[in-house]
Amino acid sequence: MAIFFQGCQFNCRFCHNPETINMCIHCTDCVKTCPVKALSVVDKKVVWNKDICVNCDTCIKTCTHNSSPKITYMSTDQVLEEIKKVRPYIEGITLSGGECTIQKDFIIELFPKVKALGLTTLLDSNGSLDFEQNKEILEYCDGVMLDVKAVNKDFSDWLIRYPNEVILKNLEYLLSINKLYEVRTIIFPDKDDNNKETVSYVSNIIKDKCFYKIIRYRQFGVREDERQVLGDYTTDEEYALRYVELAHSLGASKAYII
Amino acid sequence: MSEALNIVKDTTLTYKQQLLALARLGESTDDETIKFSDEYKKAKAEGALCDLNEGKLTYRPRYICPDYDLLFEKGCDFLELNPPKDLLEAINVLEIFYSHVPSVTAYPVYLGDLDRLLEPFVIKEDREYAKKVLKLFLLHIDKVLTDSFVHAVIGPKDSVTGRLLLELTEEMQLAIPNLTLKYDPELTSDDFALACVKCMLKTAKPSFANHRMFVKEWGERYAIASCYNGLLQAGGGFTLPRLKLFECSLNAKDPEDFINNELPKYIDLQLEYMDKKIKFCVEESAFFKSNFLVTEGFVKLENFTGMFGLVGLAECVNHLLHIEDNKKGFGMNKEATELGLRIMDAIEKRVSEHVAPYCDATNHRYRLHAQVGIDSDGMEDSPGTRIPIFAEPTILEQLQVNEKFHPYFPTGTGDIFKFEETYEKTPEAILPIIKGSLNNGLRYFSGYLESCDVVRVTGYLVKKSEIEKLNQKKQSLNNVTIFGKGAQDGGHALDRRIQKQNDISAG
Repeated sequence: MAIFFQGCQFNCRFCHNPETINMCIHCTDCVKTCPVKALSVVDKKVVWNKDICVNCDTCIKTCTHNSSPKITYMSTDQVLEEIKKVRPYIEGITLSGGECTIQKDFIIELFPKVKALGLTTLLDSNGSLDFEQNKEILEYCDGVMLDVKAVNKDFSDWLIRYPNEVILKNLEYLLSINKLYEVRTIIFPDKDDNNKETVSYVSNIIKDKCFYKIIRYRQFGVREDERQVLGDYTTDEEYALRYVELAHSLGASKAYII
Repeated sequence: MSEALNIVKDTTLTYKQQLLALARLGESTDDETIKFSDEYKKAKAEGALCDLNEGKLTYRPRYICPDYDLLFEKGCDFLELNPPKDLLEAINVLEIFYSHVPSVTAYPVYLGDLDRLLEPFVIKEDREYAKKVLKLFLLHIDKVLTDSFVHAVIGPKDSVTGRLLLELTEEMQLAIPNLTLKYDPELTSDDFALACVKCMLKTAKPSFANHRMFVKEWGERYAIASCYNGLLQAGGGFTLPRLKLFECSLNAKDPEDFINNELPKYIDLQLEYMDKKIKFCVEESAFFKSNFLVTEGFVKLENFTGMFGLVGLAECVNHLLHIEDNKKGFGMNKEATELGLRIMDAIEKRVSEHVAPYCDATNHRYRLHAQVGIDSDGMEDSPGTRIPIFAEPTILEQLQVNEKFHPYFPTGTGDIFKFEETYEKTPEAILPIIKGSLNNGLRYFSGYLESCDVVRVTGYLVKKSEIEKLNQKKQSLNNVTIFGKGAQDGGHALDRRIQKQNDISAG
């Protein structure tokens, strides 16, 4: 079961769900455009009625703030109730986002309760939280799925608009304590040097110790202005496979394409 | 134009399909040897009861599940076949035998537990050679037994043959045969089950049968035949009529009136039909007296049972509770689902009180069957106890409803889930769902990816590209493609909800 958290510090150009970047500022624009009146204003705040919503995503298209009104504030016990409902059908949970570690105190409270149900716990993270300085979050966590989007500093600043030092530090730290479940890197069309630098760097570090997902850039959901820059097409599979081969040749034998 | 002339002139039918259609026409003569009561005839005319066009003069049981172990052990006198000594002989014996196994469709509805039967021969051969022989075997089945109700079984244990059949199923992309994995998490390795999930996503087969549940009801020697029918090997099913519960509910004043008055009346009429059909089949027609399958012991009369079918529980309940919007009805609303369970309890009880002729293996009782629907059902009667198409909730909610209803149906029920493309990359997310649900009482699980060409319609498989041929008024070799077209045109059977990763993403 995947649980998504709203909010992310990065502003990646290729983000294919940019509505998860910011928290809602309650400007109420979306309330006006909702075709089924699933959104309303209560105490100056936008409230989403899940039961009426038809998931047409008009609200997300209306939002000029990279946000979404379709979120629910929940306590860890409320989340736990939802997990219990599907307990027989799952082996574990994955926290994703947005960026889940922004709400690290919540996770520290939630994970032991999930573990008590006999489930596995994974974090899907952009790597912005310095895990070495926040060991508590890992205590009941089985592993981290870490995005390493760019190794070159200038490329990273341009691509994700956020410093990448902590991400690279996490890569080594998580591996050293055996909590790195997988690393993911996106392959962009026409960015040979950057693709090569990132894949080589990661492969040399992880070797065969964890999975390495090579992901093709896909234009779906990417903001229009960013599509103009990155490309309005999906990275060719054959092209991306070259980087899987590169990873394999550097010892990252668990690299594969998705 | 007479009906026979229509068949003769129909350019969309293959020669074999014409032959079968003409035979069916002959079987449904005006013969009145089996005498049904006026009440029965009236209920049938009203559409509350349906005999699935079984015909008036039953000359073979509806479903026949031969004892293939016996065939391999002793050979067959009538067909002058010796027990096979190697893989080629085994395949040859099976192919010959299959063409002499009757059923309501004129094709064998159960091909055997193929991996278990063939494994001793396969492991003696080089893997690639064995694969080639099995490939020709599957090709023979698809091109000669041209009917999607032809059904093969694998599992529960991993085997070289099982793996080869999965590989070939994926490579060949054929609609025939239907395929089921007898699945028991204790006996089936996760690795083999996962290979089955991957194959299922790409080819809509195999489906997953709850092995423990079937073994408890039938013993180890059970077969899965036709769509998803649980029956005995060396036996089968005599007949399968069905209550159309929506129509049955139309004259009821309220739920109580339905359960106490209308429903029992229709149940009794269907029991009357089954008793008479079975007696005729056993006592009058030649099959149980002279067919070599019987005389040589490949099937035994005492291993047959009658299948008491029903459809349209959802629509029946929603009608009784005056629910117009299916999305607020059966499966989605506690009161409606509870009423569904009360109706099922009432049906189960009344049917179990009736002493059935023959049916020794099932304690002289009929067993319930959630019938999968026919192409002409439209949207008024959903298959068995399924939630209507377009009203389906998320997969887990749907499974939780199914889990309550599947235990009622030892002779078969099932549900189908259509997955979005991204599941192709994460089949490991689906296995725990299947495992969990079977453990909670689900009997039978089918699935496929939205992009598949081979797809499961209501219980059987067709190729979308073959339906397209019929849409263009061309012939399709598979007899069942036409049912797929009907079920799609009238019942939107291919438009079921697509399960997205956001509905349930298991990590």
